[in-house]
Amino acid sequence: MAEELTRRRQVLDLSMLPNVTFATRSLTWWGTIGMMAIEGGVFALVIAAYFYLHSRSQDWPPGVLPPDLTWGTVNTVIFLLSVIPTEWYRRRARKGDLGAVRLGLILATFIGVANLAVRYLELRHLNCDWSQTAYGSAVWLLMGLHITHLLTDWVETVVLTVLFYSPHIEGKRFVDAEENASYWYFVVLTWLPIYLVLYWAPRWLRS
Amino acid sequence: MSEQRAVLNDQTFSIVDEAERARHLERIWAEPKGFIGWFKAVHHTTIGKRYMVTAFVFFLAAGLLAGVMRLQLAFPEAHIIGPDLYNQIFTMHGTVMMFLFAVPMMFEALSVYFVPLMVGTRNIAFPRLNAFSYYLFLFGGLMLFAFFFVNSGPDRGWFAYVPLSGPDYGPGKRADIWAQLITFTEVSALAVAVEVIVTVFKLRAPGMSLNRIPIFVWGQVVVSFMVIFAMPGVVVASTMLLLDRTAATQFYNPAVGGDVLLYQHLFWWFGHPEVYIIFLPGTAIVSTIVATFSRRHVFGYMALVLSLIATGFIAFGLWVHHMFATGIPQMSEAFFTAASMMIAIPAGTQIFCWLTTVVTGKPVLKTPMWWVLGFFFVFTIGGMTGIFVASVPVDLQVHDTYFVVAHFHYVLIGGAVFPLFGAFAYWFPKITGRMLSERIGMWSFWLFTIGFNITFFPMHILGLRGMPRRVYTYPADAGWTVLNQIQSAGYLFLFAGVSLFLWNVWQSLRHGEISSPNPWQAGGLEWATDSPPRPYNFLNLPTVNGGEALWDALPDQPVLTGLHEDVREIVTTRIHDAEPDGRDEMPEPTIWPFITAVVTTALFIGSIFRPIAVSIGAVPLAIALIGWFWPTREESERRKRRDIWQKS
Repeated sequence: MAEELTRRRQVLDLSMLPNVTFATRSLTWWGTIGMMAIEGGVFALVIAAYFYLHSRSQDWPPGVLPPDLTWGTVNTVIFLLSVIPTEWYRRRARKGDLGAVRLGLILATFIGVANLAVRYLELRHLNCDWSQTAYGSAVWLLMGLHITHLLTDWVETVVLTVLFYSPHIEGKRFVDAEENASYWYFVVLTWLPIYLVLYWAPRWLRS
Repeated sequence: MSEQRAVLNDQTFSIVDEAERARHLERIWAEPKGFIGWFKAVHHTTIGKRYMVTAFVFFLAAGLLAGVMRLQLAFPEAHIIGPDLYNQIFTMHGTVMMFLFAVPMMFEALSVYFVPLMVGTRNIAFPRLNAFSYYLFLFGGLMLFAFFFVNSGPDRGWFAYVPLSGPDYGPGKRADIWAQLITFTEVSALAVAVEVIVTVFKLRAPGMSLNRIPIFVWGQVVVSFMVIFAMPGVVVASTMLLLDRTAATQFYNPAVGGDVLLYQHLFWWFGHPEVYIIFLPGTAIVSTIVATFSRRHVFGYMALVLSLIATGFIAFGLWVHHMFATGIPQMSEAFFTAASMMIAIPAGTQIFCWLTTVVTGKPVLKTPMWWVLGFFFVFTIGGMTGIFVASVPVDLQVHDTYFVVAHFHYVLIGGAVFPLFGAFAYWFPKITGRMLSERIGMWSFWLFTIGFNITFFPMHILGLRGMPRRVYTYPADAGWTVLNQIQSAGYLFLFAGVSLFLWNVWQSLRHGEISSPNPWQAGGLEWATDSPPRPYNFLNLPTVNGGEALWDALPDQPVLTGLHEDVREIVTTRIHDAEPDGRDEMPEPTIWPFITAVVTTALFIGSIFRPIAVSIGAVPLAIALIGWFWPTREESERRKRRDIWQKS
């Protein structure tokens, strides 16, 4: 009787596998990469559109000055320097270092505020209007897309910082912290070509 | 490192314990009940079924719109409907078929339902995002039809070229509504693309290495990548269009440095891959059905997978062949003609692999297989006219005539709808637990196939005789009357074929023969579980030993143990060899994705009227997203107690 009701079979026991995994071993990482691929595609196509419009124009920028260099360059420097504290808290997140991640996230929040403040000044010095020329439209669209990413990442950082001061601290939070850092790298890395396109292309292409 | 590995063992299973575990898993994975519960559902089979039903309803609606057009065109100089309504109807027909039926059905519905089952896991990656994507798709479609019913349906054709759709020539809100419909559907397709890639890369059953992934799953992965790289094209094109119309930007205004061809480049960067996004799932279905009904592994697995990937790549080098009539340089024309003809290589490779599979197997002719044979016939004709229109002189001659309409209905209906009906016949027992009637299935197959050819074949001739597409009527002495009447008669056959299919579904749902877990003796993992699958998909999660998991299983093929079964835990595996790599927890049902979709919908529709709606809507959107991601205290604490950090 008991023979019929039971049977032995091979099993693959997974109980020793980790459930706090980072980078390519975590689903969050893959989801974030997917987002980056999509948004990177959008950035690339808008940049392509910018140069396509340039190829159809006689003078570039058409009848206006290129954006003033100062604030764009200041923001680029802030973006580049932000990589240092970000990389620090990203590495500490992998070790589960609560104090370091808290401090890193607070720093990241303030850096985001600085970026946004300087970004406002950048917008005041673009020297073009989106409704006057296609050039102006392309400049503002590129800028607008990047601001959207900057703002999204900033809100995300604030929410994560709050979570790190709540009772919700667990392994998954540290994975989130690492992904927050990766997404920030995406914001920084997409800014570099956009900076060159917005600020330097009109200078290099000026006839 | 070593102690963090999966370990092979022996274990005794008793029937009593198994039944107890099944009841327990049912409780953990069940969808919430009741009216509010409906909006909280997150399981991929629930959402997949909703995608299928919704997309099919849009298919029927767009089909009925086609019927109105066929009625109008059945008589020369008819005034059953006027030109303005006709413009809305042909635009609605194309837009709904492409954006609300073909992509959501071939890609989203089928991959959401089947990919997690076929790779042997318990839910799709990011299930809440999946629910969100469905609601956005649904709301986008409802918005489009709501505006259509108040005489504000888009009327500039399914690709809404500027300047016709721009601020100067497209008054009213019709073109804006089109542009925002695109936003709805692209967000949902992009979300599903990421879910499918992550599910296939990280959630495959142990042992399902790259060379054992079912071809259907390969097809959907390639399509996911195409969605990710193509959709941004239409995102940018339609956003610029909307901005030009509502925020006074000048992207497409040639007077101040804008360019109308920029729109066409961006649109077709998306639009051509779009065609393969629709038809690659079709070929992946064909590979699956052909193997099952030939009773052998598919011939040339590697060639088929490489063909799918090659098609995915080449698809991005063809877009300008839609623009041969725009006066682009001759060098580009030559390049894009060559690239377009190159697509015949992977397409031909697949066809020869299927034929070899059939010839060397023991074919069984059931309805799914008949739909595949119909696909061979119809799609091959469409492919041949494809070679015609890829050639610049022929294209210039037939551009914007019914020849082109005939061509793309042969490739799209042949390449997608025929395999889709085959897929319905094949997987209906899995989804519903009942068999479809073979007899009624054969009737609807023959009615549809004959009706299709009567409706669309004469369009080739009409096009060669010069009848332009998108005209609401034609003069009696143009010599087009009889062919148009034959086509309209063909529509009646198509209508009857689809109606019989619906009747078959309705009857079979209530009285159909009860299906076993594997009624076709197929080899895929989706057949290893109950029909319909329980909400936990598999009682014992499987491991895999070959390309057709069930046919190739060892007598004592191991199953997985050691997952926490009091939460929705799943195993993650490595991309290349599918070795167990970690464990992760799937989220619980929640209403937040629905709320987020409602807020997003308000934002999108608001932006049609006032650009500031985007900024205002961003605030409730952020709140909804925070609610979505905020963990409960109980789950955080439970997880913290059980955390095992990865070593290294």
